[in-house]
Amino acid sequence: DYISVPTMAIDRIFKDEASEEKGERARMSSFVGAMAIADLVKTTLGPKGMDKILQSTGRGREVTVTNDGATILKSLHIDNPAAKVLVDISKVQDDEVGDGTTSVVVLAGELLREAEKLVAAKIHPMTIIAGFRMAADCARNALVEKVVDNKENSEKFRLDLMNIARTTLSSKILSQDKEHFAKLAVDAVMRLKGSTNLESVQIIKKPGGSLIDSFLDEGFILDKKIGIGQPKRIENAKILVANTAMDTDKVKIYGARVRVDSMSKVAEIEGAEKEKMKEKVNKIIAHGINCFVNRQLIYNFPEELFADAGILAIEHADFDGIERLALVTGGEIASTFDNPESVKLGQCELIEEIMIGEDKLIKFSGVAMGQACTIVLRGASHHVLDEAERSLHDALCVLSQTVNDSRVLLGGGWPEMIMAKEIDALARKTPGKKSLAMEAFSRALLAIPTTIADNAGLDSAELISQLRAEHQNEGCTAGIDVISGSVGDMVERGICEAFKVKQAVLLSATEAAEMILRVDEIITCAPRRREDRM
Amino acid sequence: EQENKNRLRGLDAQKANISAGKAVARILRTSLGPKGMDKMLQSPDGDVIISNDGATILEQMDVDNQIAKLMVELSRSQDYEIGDGTTGVVVLAGSLLEQAERLLERGIHPIRIAEGYEMASRIAVENLEKIANKFVFGETILEPLIQTCMTTLSSKIVNRCKRSLAEIAVKAVLAVADLERKDVNLDLIKVEGKVGGKLEDTELVYGIIVDKDMSHPQMPKQIEDAKIAILTCPFEPPKPKTKHKVDIDTVEKFQTLRKQEQKYFDDMVQQCKDVGATLVICQWGFDDEANHLLMHRNLPAVRWVGGVELELIAIATGGRIVPRFQELTAEKLGKAGIVREKAFGTTKDRMLYIEHCANSRAVTIFIRGGNKMIIEETKRSIHDALCVARNLIRNNSIVYGGGSAEIACSIAVEAAADKYPGVEQYAIRAFGDALESIPMALAENSGLQPIETLSADNNPHFGIDCNDVGTNDMREQNVFETLIGKQQQILLATQVVKMILKIDDVISPSEY
Repeated sequence: DYISVPTMAIDRIFKDEASEEKGERARMSSFVGAMAIADLVKTTLGPKGMDKILQSTGRGREVTVTNDGATILKSLHIDNPAAKVLVDISKVQDDEVGDGTTSVVVLAGELLREAEKLVAAKIHPMTIIAGFRMAADCARNALVEKVVDNKENSEKFRLDLMNIARTTLSSKILSQDKEHFAKLAVDAVMRLKGSTNLESVQIIKKPGGSLIDSFLDEGFILDKKIGIGQPKRIENAKILVANTAMDTDKVKIYGARVRVDSMSKVAEIEGAEKEKMKEKVNKIIAHGINCFVNRQLIYNFPEELFADAGILAIEHADFDGIERLALVTGGEIASTFDNPESVKLGQCELIEEIMIGEDKLIKFSGVAMGQACTIVLRGASHHVLDEAERSLHDALCVLSQTVNDSRVLLGGGWPEMIMAKEIDALARKTPGKKSLAMEAFSRALLAIPTTIADNAGLDSAELISQLRAEHQNEGCTAGIDVISGSVGDMVERGICEAFKVKQAVLLSATEAAEMILRVDEIITCAPRRREDRM
Repeated sequence: EQENKNRLRGLDAQKANISAGKAVARILRTSLGPKGMDKMLQSPDGDVIISNDGATILEQMDVDNQIAKLMVELSRSQDYEIGDGTTGVVVLAGSLLEQAERLLERGIHPIRIAEGYEMASRIAVENLEKIANKFVFGETILEPLIQTCMTTLSSKIVNRCKRSLAEIAVKAVLAVADLERKDVNLDLIKVEGKVGGKLEDTELVYGIIVDKDMSHPQMPKQIEDAKIAILTCPFEPPKPKTKHKVDIDTVEKFQTLRKQEQKYFDDMVQQCKDVGATLVICQWGFDDEANHLLMHRNLPAVRWVGGVELELIAIATGGRIVPRFQELTAEKLGKAGIVREKAFGTTKDRMLYIEHCANSRAVTIFIRGGNKMIIEETKRSIHDALCVARNLIRNNSIVYGGGSAEIACSIAVEAAADKYPGVEQYAIRAFGDALESIPMALAENSGLQPIETLSADNNPHFGIDCNDVGTNDMREQNVFETLIGKQQQILLATQVVKMILKIDDVISPSEY
């Protein structure tokens, strides 16, 4: 009979090892994965957030100590696809605005945590998404209304920048010396005059000393040594920046090779080669320069020739280095030297060798382009310096973005409270199940100040409820002051955040949560086989 | 040898095949419609793709079963032909198989079922033509086109800004369309994405965007009235194809060779300069020396530009692709109003915009979005919308969406079934039932009562009110789909189902 026909194993639609998760299970696995990631970085949030030690699996088991969300997530090996979405948004946040990498993940995680409850209460994910979208729009509008823009008033604007820098740095390793570093960062960014090109801000790390010894230098510092027998100090330097082979100049014509039949011929060719190099050096010298910086190696022979001519020759400056040097001194990166009259040379007032700690560096001061500067970081160990660089980089990114989009918000949980309040008001006016999703959104927003307070060991429930009451007054400026552990006036404490960062956090987190919510099935292909190379 | 093979015959084979087909359809069923859910796919390399597009989902699945592969093919051919409706076609095929299974159990021969399906599909396609409407559009009346694209986009994650994306898609298609010949070459529309910003920042650029920057950091970042030399030869000494050796055995030879080498670079740059080029776009790399010479002579250059992009640039700027320096002439240069480099975000990402080209018939849709997955999904969605717009330009007939066309066809097919004598009428009737599965799935996905909703309407424009607007009349909701898309769905699904039904013997090698 037909009914009891043994059917072929049709569950084998996929290849071996490929797996499929459906409906509730799929949703559960993505919620769990996303929340695990969010919980992982949660404790690093805020001024009293803790750091993580990351140990690499590579050779040497290098250790990184960091507080930066993007750095932590980048180094994780994650298998859960939903978690990968969160890692991705944190990376994008890092690329786009530079800061808020932890917040964006925490917010997305909280949104999903709230969404999970709603799904359990039998609300369709699409309805939740609709509610989230409306809430996100509403929150963004609420922020836009409250922003302060001090672009016109340069003094106030600088104060804003200082506040932002301080706020950003306060959650990083630099928080002890945040005043010092905030000033460094603001100075550096102000020199850029509105460009977001952080390439002209160079960060050099030198172990030794303490963080407070870090300084901003107006010139350009190249981490190279001056060749032996060459001048250690040049005034009114004319610099030729080059990218050319100064070891052996290969014949580039294809198929050329040397074939000789006697030793003497070899010597002749060698002589010709030497002659060629000498000619090249002479051509370079003919530019009327007294400093020559090359990206590639300079061999002893040409180096000696340069020394004879009294020219400072610096070899093997990496590509970023020479690009930056060319940028700041206004010269061009040359590779041919036949037209000395039309090559633009870089100029600076003084080149000298300086000592930082025990290392000798070359400093170019009085450069043509006033935008460039170098920040020299000092610190006890490489780990500290690496983390300091990341922190400073965050601050610089935020500041340079703020220079372009000068809208500023208060910090300390103030924006979240404003947004939550507006969303709650909207939810009350909205009929239908969407309003539940909106309320959930506002709860998720409040999780950020809650986490910040929790991380600082404060009574978050108490503080948040106090804050909520304060915010019922129109024009309230109250936020959580983690340092004193109480609700305070954010304007007074000078805690500010850039609008652009907050907006990006809000929008990307919502987008990510939405993507994960829409999924009702996860299909994992069999992992590609790799040869075991261990 | 027989022992090494697994063999399924007769009804067993058919049933196994049908259930495999159904399993694939079941995966896609929940993705149908504006409230459909997405699938998350993890590739063998661990990359994550989140998609709602039937063809993409099936493509990425590691399908092993032969029949399931047929379904994947089915979705792919719908994608190639029409570009949209890739989910619907699989769902339809799945429910046709389901109906066929029942008929098989009642003892109807598979060939009779296949023939009945064939007849029914003809009736359905004819009926579609009957209920189809033509609409007028032109350079100025874009609204109907935009509305149709919006219907396509509404099922994707990008439906937040479906209006603006639909407008972009329609404008892009019209920019490259040949309205007289009713043809659109979609190759002229480049879809480029960059992570960052918001979806709302997605824009249509009348020109080309290349993900490259100037070869030398100090070249000008903006060139007005550019004359572009498009080269496929490297700025390097020539490499003859024939094997050869240049032997250096004397000092003189060494020196001539050196001079020769310098002359090469000099000549190359000079030749570009001579014909009046102000920008060089090259498929290959540059030697350091050539690079500097180019910069020095104030001739900005871009290197490592891909072949496809090179072609697009050539089309857009009206230039010719030149394979050798000697063949450069002033006529072969492309022209563009402005070429500029634009930087993004805090990292050093730069892209090259070539705009105001001589021939504006190549456009770029530049997508921004919060993360990589959104961008990829937006690319796929835009592709669907572009296809829809193109199909409308080819054939401006539309049917109403929201399952209304399927319901209308189902009614027509069922009515026709009564007129056929013989066993086929059961198959025809089953076909009618199968057609209803699409509106049924739409209703289920939208959280409506499927049976209640379906039994309520009998007007050819009535469909499923997925978005809770309050009316079931798809004409009022402006939900359109293309006629050819729908017809193709029905025809392709029927074909595949017929093919599957005709298989009565599956021989597969056993596990080894």
